[in-house]
Amino acid sequence: MKDWRYWLAEQRGTLLAFAIFILMFAIYTANHPAGFTANVVQTASNKGVLLAFVAMAQTLVVITAGIDLSVGMIFTLTNCLASWLVIGTGLETAFGVVAVLGTGLLCGAINGAIVIYGRLQPIVATIATGAVYFGIALLLRPFPGGSVNEDLADALTGRLFGVVPASLVALFAVVLIVWVPFSRSVLGRAAYAAGSSETAAYMSGVPIRRGKFAAYALAGLLAAIGGLFLTFFTYTGDAAYASGNAYTLFSIAAVVLGGVSLFGGKGSAIGAIFGALAFRTIGDLLFVFDFDPLWQPLFQGVILLIAVSLGAFALFRVRNRLEWFL
Amino acid sequence: MDGAVPLFRMEGISKRYGGVRALEKAELSVTSGSIHGILGENGAGKSTLIKVMAGVVAPDEGSMTLDGREVSFASPAAANQAGIVCIFQELSLVPELSVADNIVISDPPTRFGMIDRRAQRRIAEEALARAGAADIHPLALVKDLPLSRRQMVEIAKALARKPRILILDEATSALAAADVAKIFAVLKRLREEGLALLYISHRMNEIAELADQCTVFRNGRNVASYAAGSKSDNEVVELMIGREYSHIFPPKPVRLPATAVPVLEARNLSWTDRLDNVSLTVAAGEVVGLGGLDGQGQRELLLAFFGVLRGRSGEILIDGKPVAIASPAAARDDRIGMALIPEDRKTEGLMLPMTVRENLSFAALDRLSKGGIIDRAAEQRLIDDMVGLLAIKTAGLDIPVGALSGGNQQKVVIAKWLMRQPRIILLNDPTRGIDVGTKQELYQLLRKLADAGAAILFYSTDYDELIGCCDRVLVLYDGAVKRELVGAEITERALIASALNIHGGDAATPRHGADA
Repeated sequence: MKDWRYWLAEQRGTLLAFAIFILMFAIYTANHPAGFTANVVQTASNKGVLLAFVAMAQTLVVITAGIDLSVGMIFTLTNCLASWLVIGTGLETAFGVVAVLGTGLLCGAINGAIVIYGRLQPIVATIATGAVYFGIALLLRPFPGGSVNEDLADALTGRLFGVVPASLVALFAVVLIVWVPFSRSVLGRAAYAAGSSETAAYMSGVPIRRGKFAAYALAGLLAAIGGLFLTFFTYTGDAAYASGNAYTLFSIAAVVLGGVSLFGGKGSAIGAIFGALAFRTIGDLLFVFDFDPLWQPLFQGVILLIAVSLGAFALFRVRNRLEWFL
Repeated sequence: MDGAVPLFRMEGISKRYGGVRALEKAELSVTSGSIHGILGENGAGKSTLIKVMAGVVAPDEGSMTLDGREVSFASPAAANQAGIVCIFQELSLVPELSVADNIVISDPPTRFGMIDRRAQRRIAEEALARAGAADIHPLALVKDLPLSRRQMVEIAKALARKPRILILDEATSALAAADVAKIFAVLKRLREEGLALLYISHRMNEIAELADQCTVFRNGRNVASYAAGSKSDNEVVELMIGREYSHIFPPKPVRLPATAVPVLEARNLSWTDRLDNVSLTVAAGEVVGLGGLDGQGQRELLLAFFGVLRGRSGEILIDGKPVAIASPAAARDDRIGMALIPEDRKTEGLMLPMTVRENLSFAALDRLSKGGIIDRAAEQRLIDDMVGLLAIKTAGLDIPVGALSGGNQQKVVIAKWLMRQPRIILLNDPTRGIDVGTKQELYQLLRKLADAGAAILFYSTDYDELIGCCDRVLVLYDGAVKRELVGAEITERALIASALNIHGGDAATPRHGADA
């Protein structure tokens, strides 16, 4: 049979994002003074996984045809919380990690409850909750500071066997533990179905609400994992408003680059991860080619525009003009 | 029922939507191992009945029993659980998921909490084979399949749920003849297996071929049940109509001599599989109706005139001269002067949160402005004229149009286009969901506009309207004009017979648009 063709069609967005990333990263390392070394990869990986976690979080919500504008703030809040709690003895540190992840899950669950049971539009609901989460972050850390269990931090930001970046391994593990089970579960299927056609899903007796709720809650969890890693990299907590917002917006960009449809029902977190890594590499490319960092936003914008335009070609095939507006 | 204990029974089921009675003490009995045909006009209550059975709509009163026990369904899932599975007219497939995903969607096979893809694939392949559609690949995305294939997936999906009662609501409307034959074989086999099947269709020949028992619905009630084959087509049509006329229509003018050149003319319009070689003419002062069952291409025909469809073939002539109409903006241009009153006023006709004034002037802003600045005084004059002409009841011009009643909203949609003084007016079922009083005013208005020289093309799902308002009616079936009825030939019987594409009714000569 030609099963592989269907598989290919389904994974096209992900594969495209993968190809874009590989291409950009190859150009980057080829022009890097140090070349393709473990050190370069480790640095790139550490920078990339932060956005990758937040982009995964965004993916889950976007699949349900929603959007989560609070992911960056959950990321910031959990960073501040971790700078208080993830410290001390092994047991205390473990408790801290659980508390931080639990907080993220709770933030996501609150978003989900408001959107699904309160029937508010995701965009408004998450702007509001995002502001609340940032407010709490600010109370926790009015000024940058705090500390983290440095043994754990160094282990997770260093290299395994001297070559493999530990942060990349952690990202891989999260994909296996969170994304793969979700995407293959009944709830994950419900999230996709609700995003693609909520009425059809309802008529088919799909558990729409539970699926969407799971997506929002897990998005909070993934953003918290990102926040935890931010703490491991910086050793501090910082309620930085601009940074939180930037992560939210970049996560949407990464999701789109990764082939996830903003209309819902289509795409994968794996694609979003490569989208995030590619997006991060733009900055690195400018660095190796000695561009002024001031150029970075402009280039990121151009790349994003090109990527989004690729997805718009389908509109040329529409025969009934009213379908443009659906 | 002939003595057999019914598997499922509905008694005294009533349902109202606002002031509209969809079902009024309706009854139905279904027995195992038989196919039950349900007949009725558009809006006779068939769809609501099915929705009640399938748990989509809760009835206001009445009871349902399954196996002698009283049941009620809070959701489609609950009805499925009880073994009642419905294949709806509007498809219930999720477009971005694969065929296999869709087939098992209500109850996917799981292993260790995750969906077991191999088992899913096996179930899907079995179900597709059972539906006679083994040629559909389980991994194909539903959105990539043509409509007729999707319908087969829908049937496979229903079978995968192991139903005891299977309801097919216009399930064959999108199918090609070859697929229909396959489906019929499948349905007959399911009957042998002891399923109870409910088959709703407008196609009388299908009911005649399949059904053991038939029930006719009219005005929300079941008016007759009979063994299939015991009544002639004409008797059945009689049962489906049998309704008093309650609308008051303005008198029609004596049939005018055909003007030399029609204002609007179409020659051999075709578009994808929805329009098939449609030719027609509309003269100044004429009201031409479009009839037929819902969804036979009437809407597409109006959209084709209005420049919405891409890739349309054939010719459109205005005043005898061929024109290219590339967009609604081109269609409303003064040289063409066309207006379309759309089907769904809430999405295509009005901006609900904006004010009555803004909505009224949208279509005519170019005429009311000089150098991009709106001439407020001229706007006000025209709006006052329109509000007066149509007797729009509103608390003020600056309240949101969404606050008006349905009838008055529809008047705003019409007034908005009349502000351009169009010569050609296309109407897409304009009286759907509005009250009788407003309907009457609209009928008067249409006639007044025609008398003033407008060419009017009027699609309606209400046969009374076509009879009362139109000088001629073209009946569409499968995207083609199947018959033209003129003057006294326009009767309910002739309309229904030609809508169902059977040759009964009175002695009008069938004419085929494709012959032109």
